Amino acid sequence: MNIVVCIKQVPDSAAKMAVEGGQISWGEAPLVLNPWDEFAIEAALQLIEAGGGDLTVVSVGGESAKEALKTALAMGCTQAILVSDPALQGADSQASAHLLAGVIKKVGNVEAAFFGKQAIDGDMGVTAAQTARLLGWPMLGLVASIKVEGGKLQVEKSLEEGRQVVECQLPAVVSVSKDIGEPRYPSFMGIRKASRATIPTWDLAEVGIGAPTSVVHWPEVLNPPVREVKTEIITGGSAQEIAEKLADKILEEKVL
Amino acid sequence: MDLALSEEQRMVQQMVRDFAQKEIAPLIKESDRSGQMNPLVLARMAELGILGMCLPVRYGGQGMDYISLGLACEELEVVDSTLRVVISVHVGLNSLGLFQWASEEQKQRFLAPQARGEKIACFGLTESGAGSDVANIQSSARRQGNAYILNGEKMWISLATKAQNCLWIGRTNPAAQEPHESLSAFLVELDRPGVKVGDLHGKLGMRAGSTGWIAMQDVHVPEENRIGEEGEGFKIAMACLDNGRYTVAAGATGLIRACLEASVRYAQERHAFGKEIGKFQLIQQKIATMVQSYEAARLLYLWAGWLKNQGLRNTRETSLAKWFSTEASFQAASEAIQVHGAYGYSDEYDVERYLRNAKGAVIYEGTSEIHQLMQAGYALGYRKDAALRCELPAYDAAFWQNP
Repeated sequence: MNIVVCIKQVPDSAAKMAVEGGQISWGEAPLVLNPWDEFAIEAALQLIEAGGGDLTVVSVGGESAKEALKTALAMGCTQAILVSDPALQGADSQASAHLLAGVIKKVGNVEAAFFGKQAIDGDMGVTAAQTARLLGWPMLGLVASIKVEGGKLQVEKSLEEGRQVVECQLPAVVSVSKDIGEPRYPSFMGIRKASRATIPTWDLAEVGIGAPTSVVHWPEVLNPPVREVKTEIITGGSAQEIAEKLADKILEEKVL
Repeated sequence: MDLALSEEQRMVQQMVRDFAQKEIAPLIKESDRSGQMNPLVLARMAELGILGMCLPVRYGGQGMDYISLGLACEELEVVDSTLRVVISVHVGLNSLGLFQWASEEQKQRFLAPQARGEKIACFGLTESGAGSDVANIQSSARRQGNAYILNGEKMWISLATKAQNCLWIGRTNPAAQEPHESLSAFLVELDRPGVKVGDLHGKLGMRAGSTGWIAMQDVHVPEENRIGEEGEGFKIAMACLDNGRYTVAAGATGLIRACLEASVRYAQERHAFGKEIGKFQLIQQKIATMVQSYEAARLLYLWAGWLKNQGLRNTRETSLAKWFSTEASFQAASEAIQVHGAYGYSDEYDVERYLRNAKGAVIYEGTSEIHQLMQAGYALGYRKDAALRCELPAYDAAFWQNP
């Protein structure tokens, strides 16, 4: 079975977003493989280990995204492709989906495309569905476990009150939830392989599509307003007096 | 000398960091409080290949270099010193000793299972009456035909009750003119009849780790288990210490980093006199000193690691790194508690554990006093390193990574 996993490089989860002049800045936070995508890689690796095949990892981004791709290679992916083109600056999720669908077609013989459930920077969570729509493939979301039998994909989905078994024909798009199990760390052998790998960069011409149009824009980005907290110590001669003052204060401030 | 980390080294660093932070950090306070080693630590380190990371693939290892080993030690000790101790003992003091001194047959028989993490290894040198005074150890190995009969008790042995193999030093020739020429090294499987092991309790620190004793009473060990020549035990032990001390130095660097990170975090959270305490110059001075110590300690161990990678003797540089970084880690931990005030004195925060753990490292693997004597000896020309019959092999990626 040949699988493509689509990943994104994002600021580390500990990074704090700051908005300066309407522009988002993550400061000097290190860039990492999107944590949700690690679950997608883990799920795909388990399928490849059980049934054989190739696992191609793809990312759209700048040169730095090769680091995230190398992490995926070190975890065990077979090959990596970076898609990078100046025309992709500011691409929205639909533009990314156009591109990913093009890459998946070009890789060829792909039976499944895996995604993390969302990226922790944009938090849109729609790229998997948009890519499935463009490919004309069924999409199974928030998948917690996966089986493949006779060209059919059967998954368990995590729901609030239990699990749901869903199946569809391959090829299909899958977005993976964390219930799949802890993603593995890169192995030493994988690290050696990844550090020596030359990752090809495809531009739009190589993918064979024109510049996709972004239809969603972020006209305004704001940090949440800073909460002003005032502390007042209530004093009194006795516990009774303090309690009475506190009760008055609570009523006065309309807390109750 | 290029100390920029390679992509491979950075990925190793990140992998070990993720393991330590995700799997061990959430449980470490409880392990320390209960004085019990987390039973999953050794199994997980074995599974991830960390127990054989800097040994050639043909000997069951992962084929990484000595700098990667140092980086891993730094990351492990950021979480807890006892994690790094596992590497110091299993890899530094024992496995790298076998890699340097054992015959090819012994490497396949003893080193490969250790590198794969199937066997856990410890190092039996120290005795209740012989720490710094190594040449005075009393344990004996009496020859009997093609075997040796081992007797004696080793103390302060990390992983004594967890290990299956011990690189054990005993006296084979009590009549030797120079006491240190009378010692020999053996790889002893600890399931041999006559071996007893136990844990030591009541330690100031290192409570999430395992420290114990190993007693041998008429233990028969075949000649094939002797590592190196008869009478080479002192040199072998000292060579093992060059490797163990390197891991201690790198680990202590991680401990300084942990102190620094905790102090910076707290200094930005805690307010006094109307502002965060990081704004006060006396707090800044403590943090600046931690930064200085961390960067200097890091350069010292990377330097030693670079020498190891080149196959160059590094006894002096490793000793310097170990002495400096362990002393600096103790100071950093003490100051980190001061930054935290009363909270630092409680185990609600990690810094008191850092101080308790840091004290151990200025004692084991050469006390600070021994390292000062060594450094003065080199400077004054009283001490010179003679070439060894077996030197630690230089890092050769092609040889190390081919099966």
